[in-house]
Amino acid sequence: MSPLLVSMRGIVKTFGAVRALRRVDLDVGHGEIVGLVGDNAAGKSTLMKVLSGVCAADAGEILIAGAPARLASPMDARAAGIEMVYQDFALVPELSVTQNIFLGREVTRELLGFRFLNQPAMARAASELFARLGLRAPAVDTPVRTLSGGQQQAVAIARAIAFDARLVIMDEPTASLGATAITKVRETIGRLKAHGVAVIVISHRLEDVLTTADRVVVMKHGRVVGTRAVADTAAEEVLHMIIAGNDPRRPAPPHVSA
Amino acid sequence: MPSSVALKGAADRRQLDRARVAVFAVRYGLFLALGLWMVAMTLASEHFLSWLNFLNVFRQTAPVVVVAVGMTLVMATAGIDLSVGSLVALVSVLAAAGLRADLPAWAVIAAVLVLGTVVGLINGVFVRLGLPAFVVTLAALTYLRGIAFVASDGYAVPIASDGFLWFGRGELIGIHVPILLAAVVALVGYLLLNKTRFGLYALAVGGREEAARAMGIDVGRIKLAVYAGVGLLAALGGIIATARLGNGSPNAGIMFELDVITATVLGGTSLFGGYATVGGSVAGALFINFVRNGLNLLGVNPFWVQVVTGVILLLAVLINTVVNRRVAEWARLAGAEPEPGGAEDQA
Repeated sequence: MSPLLVSMRGIVKTFGAVRALRRVDLDVGHGEIVGLVGDNAAGKSTLMKVLSGVCAADAGEILIAGAPARLASPMDARAAGIEMVYQDFALVPELSVTQNIFLGREVTRELLGFRFLNQPAMARAASELFARLGLRAPAVDTPVRTLSGGQQQAVAIARAIAFDARLVIMDEPTASLGATAITKVRETIGRLKAHGVAVIVISHRLEDVLTTADRVVVMKHGRVVGTRAVADTAAEEVLHMIIAGNDPRRPAPPHVSA
Repeated sequence: MPSSVALKGAADRRQLDRARVAVFAVRYGLFLALGLWMVAMTLASEHFLSWLNFLNVFRQTAPVVVVAVGMTLVMATAGIDLSVGSLVALVSVLAAAGLRADLPAWAVIAAVLVLGTVVGLINGVFVRLGLPAFVVTLAALTYLRGIAFVASDGYAVPIASDGFLWFGRGELIGIHVPILLAAVVALVGYLLLNKTRFGLYALAVGGREEAARAMGIDVGRIKLAVYAGVGLLAALGGIIATARLGNGSPNAGIMFELDVITATVLGGTSLFGGYATVGGSVAGALFINFVRNGLNLLGVNPFWVQVVTGVILLLAVLINTVVNRRVAEWARLAGAEPEPGGAEDQA
């Protein structure tokens, strides 16, 4: 088995005249938590869109557990065990917690040759899921729109890991939450790691990354500026890399060698 | 939250009770109104409460129910179809022409059902492209009736085929065929909406299209399907209405779309998508027709009946949007709708 869960190699993406990603490399180990930081328009979100199958790269390749993968759609990415927790959660407000968790992957049963939703089975599985994650379960039949921001976040995370995810990408997971909910999210990320799930956290909040991640990757202008083990760096150094766009310890290896 | 409940004073509890009543009234108001109207009409007219009168209303309601079931699924996706009335006219004219040319009734029926589905698909293609459903189907409303007039030269054609007329006047196992068809369509629509992937995806598309797309749902295909479905059902509704009247007319189904939309909105299906109820649409259709029937029995000038129908639509939209949202908000603040899941944010 490859020591790396995901290895992105020489990823290039342009939008018209804008070069959003200029030969980006990114590695994620099994069960590793990687913080991806950088200014606006650094290319973080675009890189994650490529990895989650939302948009296709112009060049470069993605290896998953050592094997080349084609991620042409979110379904492909999910089949490969890569899940995305969107910044706006991508939940349907009118649908229930259970319906949202299973949306696109419903449990069905056959009756007289027709396929019907197996609602009791999904409700049970959703409740169990929350218990397993140690998240306080909202009543799984309530519409998501009645939940608080933190609870919606919990539903989005539960959905991401309900189906044997190996890597969960979180786009600004704390952007729209209050202080206690932020603590909750950080705990959840730790719990995912304990379950052997790798996490990529995109965040503006350096604090999020330094308290949860194993490693931080800094991007600017569509390039990776540098990468550090969190234990081996401090906020000032990361901040310098974000703002100045260069690595003060150069020549350092651009990423953890495989 | 046991402590907060214990701390709630009597005033709070009264507020809570009022909020519960308000939520109940908004959710089941239509059924209450229907019940009240029927009691009032029973008292006001000796002809109202009779099997014959009820059967009459049910048969009039049948085509509205059939098409409203399709409209419910369209509205679930946050769409609308204004062209169903004109499609009824086109189906009516072409069915009469086909029967006049001595085509067998089954072939005529199959052909107009296919035609309705194709017309719906055409609407769906444009909606999928991102055009507003309102404009796409308003255009169809206009050109479909135009085609109906061109095809018939403006004349109504009588229908003599017993096989065809059976769909509007016949009986099966002692039940009138239109009523039976409406019941079957409503049942199938209920199962589709509430118990299948298709219905769930329609609600997801209407609730938040971007989320549906992110979860891998083929949004375009769902939209095509709901418009094709309402087209098929409008054709079936057209067959029933035409067979009941016994002639094919380019003037059939004028303002029929308004009845269908009023029934659906009155039933509680959200105009903005994401929430839909087939049972509500059936009750809405019955409500409109019982109100009309009552006004007729009371000898009210038929021109006023149209005024009343318009006012009902306006009230339905008012309740569907503003009132519904305010009451839900208020009830949540008062605690009538349990804040689900326990307060993780306060933990």
